[in-house]
Amino acid sequence: MSHKIVSKRQVGEDVFWAQVEAPLIAKARKPGQFIILSIDGDGSERIPLTIAGVNPGSGTIELIWQRVGKTTAALADLKEGDEIANIAGPLGTPTHIERFGTVVCVGGGIGNAPLLPIATALKQAGNRVISILGARDRSRLILEDRFAEVSDELIVCTDDGSYRRKALVTEPLKEVCQRSPKPDHAFVIGPTLMMKFCCEVTRPFGVPTQVSLNTIMVDGTGMCGGCRVEVDGAPKFVCVDGPEFDGHKVNFDLMIKRMNAYKKQEQQAYEEYKQHRCKIGL
Amino acid sequence: MVGTAHPTKAPIVTSEERKKLLQDLLVKKDSGGLKTKDRLAIPPQEMPEQDATARCRNVGEVALGYTEEQARLEAMRCLQCRNAPCVEGCPVRIRIRDFTGAIAEGDYRQALAIIKENSLLPAVCGRVCPQEVQCQEKCTVGLSLKDVSKAVSIGRLERFVADWRDERVPPSRVAGILPASRGQDALDTKEQGRNALSPSHLPTFSPSSTPTVAPPTGMKVAIIGSGPGGIVAAADTRRAGHEVTVFEAFHKPGGVMVYGIPEFRLPKAIVQQEIETLRKMGVKIVTNFIVGRTRTIEQLMKEDGFDAVYIGVGAGLPSFMNIEGESLVGVYSANEYLTRANLMKAYQFGSGADTPIARSKRVAVVGGGNVAMDSARTAVRLGAEKVYLIYRRTEKEMPARVEEVHHAKQEGVDFHLLQNPKRILGDASGSVVALECLRYELGEPDASGRRRPVAIPGSEFQIDVDTVIIAIGNQANPLIRQTTPGLGFNKWGNLIVDENCKTSMEGVYAGGDIVLGAATVILAMGQGRIAAAAMNEYLAKKRECRKS
Ligand SMILES: Cc1cc2nc3c(=O)[nH]c(=O)nc-3n(C[C@H](O)[C@H](O)[C@H](O)COP(=O)(O)OP(=O)(O)OC[C@H]3O[C@@H](n4cnc5c(N)ncnc54)[C@H](O)[C@@H]3O)c2cc1C
Ligand code: SF4
Ligand code: SF4
Ligand code: FES
Repeated sequence: MSHKIVSKRQVGEDVFWAQVEAPLIAKARKPGQFIILSIDGDGSERIPLTIAGVNPGSGTIELIWQRVGKTTAALADLKEGDEIANIAGPLGTPTHIERFGTVVCVGGGIGNAPLLPIATALKQAGNRVISILGARDRSRLILEDRFAEVSDELIVCTDDGSYRRKALVTEPLKEVCQRSPKPDHAFVIGPTLMMKFCCEVTRPFGVPTQVSLNTIMVDGTGMCGGCRVEVDGAPKFVCVDGPEFDGHKVNFDLMIKRMNAYKKQEQQAYEEYKQHRCKIGL
Repeated sequence: MVGTAHPTKAPIVTSEERKKLLQDLLVKKDSGGLKTKDRLAIPPQEMPEQDATARCRNVGEVALGYTEEQARLEAMRCLQCRNAPCVEGCPVRIRIRDFTGAIAEGDYRQALAIIKENSLLPAVCGRVCPQEVQCQEKCTVGLSLKDVSKAVSIGRLERFVADWRDERVPPSRVAGILPASRGQDALDTKEQGRNALSPSHLPTFSPSSTPTVAPPTGMKVAIIGSGPGGIVAAADTRRAGHEVTVFEAFHKPGGVMVYGIPEFRLPKAIVQQEIETLRKMGVKIVTNFIVGRTRTIEQLMKEDGFDAVYIGVGAGLPSFMNIEGESLVGVYSANEYLTRANLMKAYQFGSGADTPIARSKRVAVVGGGNVAMDSARTAVRLGAEKVYLIYRRTEKEMPARVEEVHHAKQEGVDFHLLQNPKRILGDASGSVVALECLRYELGEPDASGRRRPVAIPGSEFQIDVDTVIIAIGNQANPLIRQTTPGLGFNKWGNLIVDENCKTSMEGVYAGGDIVLGAATVILAMGQGRIAAAAMNEYLAKKRECRKS
């Protein structure tokens, strides 16, 4: 059962969006869950991607990814009508949604994609939603409009000041925490380093902070342990225990080291892929 | 008791000598039969193997399989014991005496038919069963010769007939080490042995025939997980005419047989063949489908119309040691290491496969089971210069198959026995640089009867390694438990079933590692069979009820 790409476009510098046929996943998925895909048969790498949205009616799911390595680049090269061989999911424990009161949702870069369904669900559950979106520059900012629809307040910043406020997301986050009353809950999704620093910001204010981790994964069903992280001093498996955890308890430093484990080889594969692309004239 | 009819000291090595011996024995058998002492005098047939140095550089199968004469000679070693104690040792009670008898007669088709009465996967079990603690442990020949390794090689014979049937195992891909051509052997034997194989007896095996399927019953069966238990449960329920769907979480069916046990021990083509047979029987196989997430068991039964379910999701959650440094870069569970290597072909990284795996130079594998041996030997094949195997008891207590231990040693794996890791040391970048171990000694026997290893205080020492692979077992897969209220689990998270493999939920059956903890292929297969029989009975009743 392969999955047809119904529509696809580039939505930012190195950022792509696609709508893909996956009726069962579209039906089952809840906010906070993800999929694992591999583009074709046997030897191809399995990568986890968050689900940015679903259309159960048409049986499609929305994927947003950043071109960072061989598989994400190959995915970016696919066209509408092309097929993805394997998509498994939805994986992970869904986000716990309730009426907290005021919540602050912080998205960094591609993290806005998995954050959107969570912000939407939080809004629907009757929360006051403050969204803070950050990106390196204007061309990498995604989903601003859609966050505007579900947020009571939207703060947008870029690292280089090419759009809206020139700041890292931690700055407005701190300001929001300083307000009185302070937010009741924070949800942070983005690059690991950003999540780490956001947790440092919310910690002194005692604002419970949920993060969504994007580790290396192999099976996604709790079989391999490749996705393990240390939470509160104990090993946890992101694919079954997560992907969301209490950010104040995650050992980010260790996680960052583990995520660097395959950097060199991944870089090698990506370079080879780029050369291959040149040769075949893509 | 050892007879003198044939030289037993000098092993018979050449194919010519074996042919001669076989011919003599066949003549003797015809004229009055073989005596026990004649049979005991036949030298145990060695398994042809790939050269130990060459095979470290490829992933081709190590054991190459008996030639026809070897198989018949080995089968003639069977004493045809009246009470056949070997059968007691086989978890699925294969009629061993009868199938070895058929092989001795040259009737491999009959031999296979006998095996298939009880085991659907003889090509697999012949290769991976821990025979020395099952069928072969009880064998009279081994007992008479006071050496279990001299028992009749039941597993190898099983493999021989299973492979013979359709020659589905491609000859080893490595040039120069092809197994002796079996077809040629068959002809030679025919010419030389007077009574051996007349043309009408010549086995004319067709490609594996697809089992017949009963007329449709209108009942739907869901099989969760495509390991050995799932495959057998699917085949047996399908044969009864039910509509069967196998749901598999991975992108490729076969369970541990494809992502755990390496190619060099169990060629994936064999498993593929079994899956193909299921497809030909009309079993639907849905991959990338995670029961509990994509659909729950309740949804499958209430909304999707499945009348019965078999849960065969295997073990999960690899155990770690909870020691310092286990989160360092370069520490893997064996499951991750083997999955990357097998299923995603990381060994071909850069030439067709994308899944990276650490380029390890010095590897320590912790554990003493099959999984540990497979990891160590995979590391050898992925180019490690030094591979250590760290086990806290002695070789005698190792749960691995004896043959795997033997092969691992041949391939240069360095066994560190009576040692156990204390912590893993890393560098500034968080990568493994060394393993600190403690020496152990054996103390009093524990509940399992094995002598408990006790650490020797102050005996710490370090081994320089860049990779540590933990192969100390698994806990139960939690996904089904988390998503299926109403199922009974024990305190280890294993599913509780009755003697018919029925769970606490109506219509839901289970077997294999999720029930037994980490077990074996043959036990999983046996449970798949038992469950299928119970499901067929349950479905027949349900159908009756529905009609009336
Ligand atoms: C490295 C290794 C070496 C081994 N060597 C030997 C040996 O030499 N001899 C021997 O007899 N045994 C050996 N074993 C043990 C043997 O492989 C297992 O006991 C046996 O495979 C268990 O079979 P099973 O039917 O329980 O399913 P498994 O083979 O465990 O397969 C379960 C399947 O279910 C799938 N699954 C899991 N969760 C879900 C879900 N929620 N939805 C859908 N599908 C799901 C999994 O992806 C998997 O494919 C070895 C095991 C390993 C790991
Ligand atoms: S299935 Fe395993 S235990 Fe049974 S006879 Fe065959 S090799 Fe022996
Ligand atoms: S116990 Fe050994 S010798 Fe006796 S029937 Fe079984 S295999 Fe043959
Ligand atoms: S990805 Fe394998 S256990 Fe989580």
